[in-house]
Amino acid sequence: MTDAALDAPRGPKPRPALSRRNVFLYGTLLVVSVYYLLPLYVMIVTSLKGMPEIRLGNIFSPPVEVTFEPWVKAWSSACTGLNCDGLSRGFWNSVRILVPSVVMSIAIASVNGYALANWRFRGADLFFTILIFGAFIPYQVMIYPIVILLREVGLYTDLFGLVIVHTIFGMPILTLLFRNYFTTVPEDLFKAARVDGAGFWGIYFRIMLPMSLPIFVVAIILQVTGIWNDFLFGVVYTKPENYPMTVQLNNIVNSVQGVKEYNVNMAATLLTGLVPLVIYFVSGKLFVRGIAAGAVKG
Amino acid sequence: MSSVSVRDISLNFGAIRVLQDLNLEVEEGEFLVLLGPSGCGKSTLLNCIAGLLDVSDGQIFIKGRNVTWQEPKDRGIGMVFQSYALYPQMSVEGNLSFGLRNQGMARDKVRERVDRAAKMLQIENLLARKPAQLSGGQRQRVAIGRALVRDAEVFLFDEPLSNLDAKLRSELRVEIKRLHQKLTNTMIYVTHDQIEALTLADRIAVMKGGVIQQLDVPHTIYNRPRNLYVAGFIGSPSMNFLDGEIVAQDGGLVFRLGSHEVPLQDYVADIDLRPAANAVFGVRPEHVEVFQGDADGSKPTFPAVVDLEEPMGADSLVWMTLEGQQLSARVEASRRFRRGDEVRVAFNLPMTSVFDRQTEDRM
Repeated sequence: MTDAALDAPRGPKPRPALSRRNVFLYGTLLVVSVYYLLPLYVMIVTSLKGMPEIRLGNIFSPPVEVTFEPWVKAWSSACTGLNCDGLSRGFWNSVRILVPSVVMSIAIASVNGYALANWRFRGADLFFTILIFGAFIPYQVMIYPIVILLREVGLYTDLFGLVIVHTIFGMPILTLLFRNYFTTVPEDLFKAARVDGAGFWGIYFRIMLPMSLPIFVVAIILQVTGIWNDFLFGVVYTKPENYPMTVQLNNIVNSVQGVKEYNVNMAATLLTGLVPLVIYFVSGKLFVRGIAAGAVKG
Repeated sequence: MSSVSVRDISLNFGAIRVLQDLNLEVEEGEFLVLLGPSGCGKSTLLNCIAGLLDVSDGQIFIKGRNVTWQEPKDRGIGMVFQSYALYPQMSVEGNLSFGLRNQGMARDKVRERVDRAAKMLQIENLLARKPAQLSGGQRQRVAIGRALVRDAEVFLFDEPLSNLDAKLRSELRVEIKRLHQKLTNTMIYVTHDQIEALTLADRIAVMKGGVIQQLDVPHTIYNRPRNLYVAGFIGSPSMNFLDGEIVAQDGGLVFRLGSHEVPLQDYVADIDLRPAANAVFGVRPEHVEVFQGDADGSKPTFPAVVDLEEPMGADSLVWMTLEGQQLSARVEASRRFRRGDEVRVAFNLPMTSVFDRQTEDRM
């Protein structure tokens, strides 16, 4: 045997930085990121320009004179119909819709999922099937019947009516999410808690809840983004002073009177998208963990 | 009065009958082991006693109280699980006191009980830790402690040592035995490990297919297995089974193995021995004596040929062929055997078992 054969392959295998594989990989990633980030860039840049600068037509160029005027206007004085108090009204409406909807839907769905996973009551399978079936019914079919239902109980155009609608529509997917998560909790744990004398609620609050932070984060993200971005239910089940932010945004952007204020529109859109964006950034890691945990077992 | 009494218990999951008319009486302070392969219904039976599964039929009494419809917490039991089942978000102390706090017990009394259990199990210095920071042995100790603090009348163990490595398992086995001697509670212990069963039990119930095959003290289970199943399941290395027939000869009975005859006058029978065309001669490897060269002539010997030798440390297992059938014998580790060696074997007759091939019962 020669000396070279004895010496050469030893330790970690060398990996050239500029191999064909790497060029392809990072090249593709770069192109895809530009594709997704460019519109965002245009929006941010435009929202920081004044109208004269926008009229020049260079949508990719950075602002010569940075101005926050459009953001202020979008938030506090843009007109939708008769109201000229900007998006702030819609923002607070959305918050008033969002918070109770998220809390209620998650509270109910987590108990549902827990009961379905751990307490095998009579008819549990049938109940679960019906619930899952609900996830596949198109919304459009249910819009008008719900209008009638809400009208009959006197909640049509009321914010609370919309909260109920969001809670119900969140139920199938959230229940499934929680059920799948709770079935991964070892059964012995549940049995041990029963021997220790904990009941339905005792086990739920003191054993299951503290173990389930990741899946609650997932549920919160799903619900916050879903409900915040909702347009259809918002426009159908509320009246103009109760419109959520998305509906108001549409009314600002699509208003046909006067000059198209692109910078204000862009700022308004960014403002509306800010809440889901913040949620994603804050909880990204937990989100991935929770999704993976919930998906392991069906 | 029995401590635990299981009367005519049946349990069905849909069409599957897991337990069938099962009866079991456990004496006060007894250590009873339920032994069987996985799927034999032993854990299911334990869960029924604990109240974690509803029975389809029958009754369960604990200390003379009919607890058939009672919740697990009201049955006066403590349970230890194979997977430890410690509450991951609670400290060791939280785990130990969870059951007591659920009872609404006063705080200083809880403290006292927890300290006592922790002392008994030598986990006092771990009380503030979370289960994730404990080793397997420590976790199982905490799990035992959780049953201990409840001052239960009956302790139920569901394969508590199966998740531990061999060394730790034998250590904790001794500890459980000591604990039982100290507490003198009734304990029901489920395992598939026969060594655990033989070392721990006052009595062993060998189960198969939801039916108790034999319920007796370990000595009897080992030496007088009631049927072929028990004989084959208990003992490692396992019992040799030789096919043959029982015939009457010269006023006595012999077991005919091909051209050889094993006299049965020293055999300890369960029922009256009678001639049978299809019988099985069961002998444990340690009850087979192997002679290289001349036998001492005090008992009948039979010729066999050595196939292979398995050294096991303290002794060796020698595999031989006798009349075309496999036979193993336990011999001193210092003795050497080679493939093809011609040897003579003798049986320790009082320690053997003869089974009827049809009924599979011991005769």
